[in-house]
Amino acid sequence: MTRYRTIATTPREAAEWSTGRLIRTNLRAIVGRAYPRIVGLAREPSWLFFEIFLPFLAVSAFVFVYRALEAPEEFVGFVVLGGAMTAFWLNVVWMMAAQFYWEKDQGNLELYFTAPMHLMSILAGMAIGGLVLTSSRALAVIGIGSLVYGVTYHVEEPFVLVGVFFLTMVPLYGMGMLLASLFLMWGREGFHLAQLLQEPIYFLGGVNFPLRAIAPVAGVMMAILPLAVGLDAMRQLAFVGSEAQGMLPVGTEALILVAMGVAFLAAARLALGYLEKLARREGRLTLRWQ
Amino acid sequence: MPDELAIRARGVTRVYKAKPAPVTALGGVDLDVQQGEFFGLLGPNGAGKTTLIKILTTLLIPTAGTALVAGFDVVTETAKIRRVINMVSGGEQSGYGLLTTREQLWMFSQFYGLTQRDGWRRVDELIEITGLTEQRDQKVRTLSTGQRQKLNFARGLLNDPWVLFLDEPTLGLDVAAARDLRDHTLSWKAAAPGRTVLLTTHYMVEAEQLCDRIAIVDRGRILALGTPEELRRRVQAESIFRIELDQLPQNGGIAAIGALPGVLSAIRADEDGEGPGSDRVALKVALADDSALTSVVTAVAERGSHLVGLAKSEPSLEDVFVELVGRGFGEDDGEGPSS
Repeated sequence: MTRYRTIATTPREAAEWSTGRLIRTNLRAIVGRAYPRIVGLAREPSWLFFEIFLPFLAVSAFVFVYRALEAPEEFVGFVVLGGAMTAFWLNVVWMMAAQFYWEKDQGNLELYFTAPMHLMSILAGMAIGGLVLTSSRALAVIGIGSLVYGVTYHVEEPFVLVGVFFLTMVPLYGMGMLLASLFLMWGREGFHLAQLLQEPIYFLGGVNFPLRAIAPVAGVMMAILPLAVGLDAMRQLAFVGSEAQGMLPVGTEALILVAMGVAFLAAARLALGYLEKLARREGRLTLRWQ
Repeated sequence: MPDELAIRARGVTRVYKAKPAPVTALGGVDLDVQQGEFFGLLGPNGAGKTTLIKILTTLLIPTAGTALVAGFDVVTETAKIRRVINMVSGGEQSGYGLLTTREQLWMFSQFYGLTQRDGWRRVDELIEITGLTEQRDQKVRTLSTGQRQKLNFARGLLNDPWVLFLDEPTLGLDVAAARDLRDHTLSWKAAAPGRTVLLTTHYMVEAEQLCDRIAIVDRGRILALGTPEELRRRVQAESIFRIELDQLPQNGGIAAIGALPGVLSAIRADEDGEGPGSDRVALKVALADDSALTSVVTAVAERGSHLVGLAKSEPSLEDVFVELVGRGFGEDDGEGPSS
């Protein structure tokens, strides 16, 4: 019976991997971990209600307020775009930041630790899978919101807009990767933090209004919150000529996003290394029931 | 490296921080497991078995001592160890319920770097081997406990590990499912020469059926080590009787029986589900020689119990354990460390 066997001839030989094999394994691990999130698109139709209809209702409330106040019409578009970006933020908070905590409870985390890929590949897979999953919801919110409220976009540089979107996603999910390690270290307090990261961030990130409206704190948010920077840049690109000015020129905001992306990914890598050391030293982070 | 040990531990100690005082889960374990060996760690809950497995699978670092797996150090060469091991735990709920059996295994195959083609091929092979063919497209969350554990076992074989760690793999399974899993383990072991299995269990039958050698562990220490036969020979000088009573003895109960002259130990023998049923009680009594049996029978009668069955039995691993630690497997003295 040879069907149990794969490749190895001796344990020592089996443990010697080339750099190429190491890279391929990590790339495959990214695909493997992204897979459950991507197939989840079709397997959990109830999410359509919670992640499309409920955000749409929240957007609608602001639309009615702006129209009652006779605010500039592009504010409606700002809110719809903000509503779509909310889906990404929720995905980062609940399906990235809190994910390791849940993985520990299920017993997945110790399997990830004992497998030969790097844990950053698992986080990257979660991020890519989450991005694909959430993009469908975000597009649905934009589509429905734009149709129902008749939003008119004025886009002169569509490729730059798409580029800024992806530049925003890198630090946003990088932040989620960092928080995943931190939440696991903080335990239950992590969940309180996740709650805390919702409404205040909607406000401080300017999700439902132009960031310039809270100019005194917007500067700080621009330095730490990719959502705020990316949304401000995307609004400038999606509503060219709008009365509401952005905080900074789009080019500057793109550079800030690049810097944030590098910083958050590096910080996530460091936090993960520290988490693994802590986990192996104290045992309480990866072992179930401890 | 044919002579290299699959596992080598020297003075492995693990102390957990705890209040009011630190808990020593492992107190200086020395262990050599040969390549190709099926090795069992047998001990009650809290003996330190799982802690040792966590150290050997690189999930924990020892507080003191050294441990090598496949010749690699568990503290400094974790990456190499992770390429040649796998682990299956009892009661494991790993993976994602919305995936099908086939998808779940494929996902895990990707973490070990199998190509698309090899991954799916291996997944299908393991599904067939573990008898999950009918459940291959069923969502994982709908599987029964036994099916789920077969799936976990298949996951553990995805990378064809050189050292497979099985941590209480049949925990919570019914008799048939546990037997299936043991059969699969033996089949894999037979088909993959050179592969080593380290099994932790507190089921005597499982250890006896599967293991080439067994270490009996209690309170973080190895008390005895040898083949099942060697271990049983340790207590063969004694006479062991299984005594069935209509009720538990009064006035001091089993402890009073155990304290009689010529009685080495007395424990309940029916608490693991193999008892006589109805209201009867079964005791296992180890005697220095057969002549002490008279005083046992008299003492039982004096304590209000009636003898309904008596048989001399061959020593089991549990007898060895009782001989070594002075208590049965299910008898917690409340001082064991949590592992």
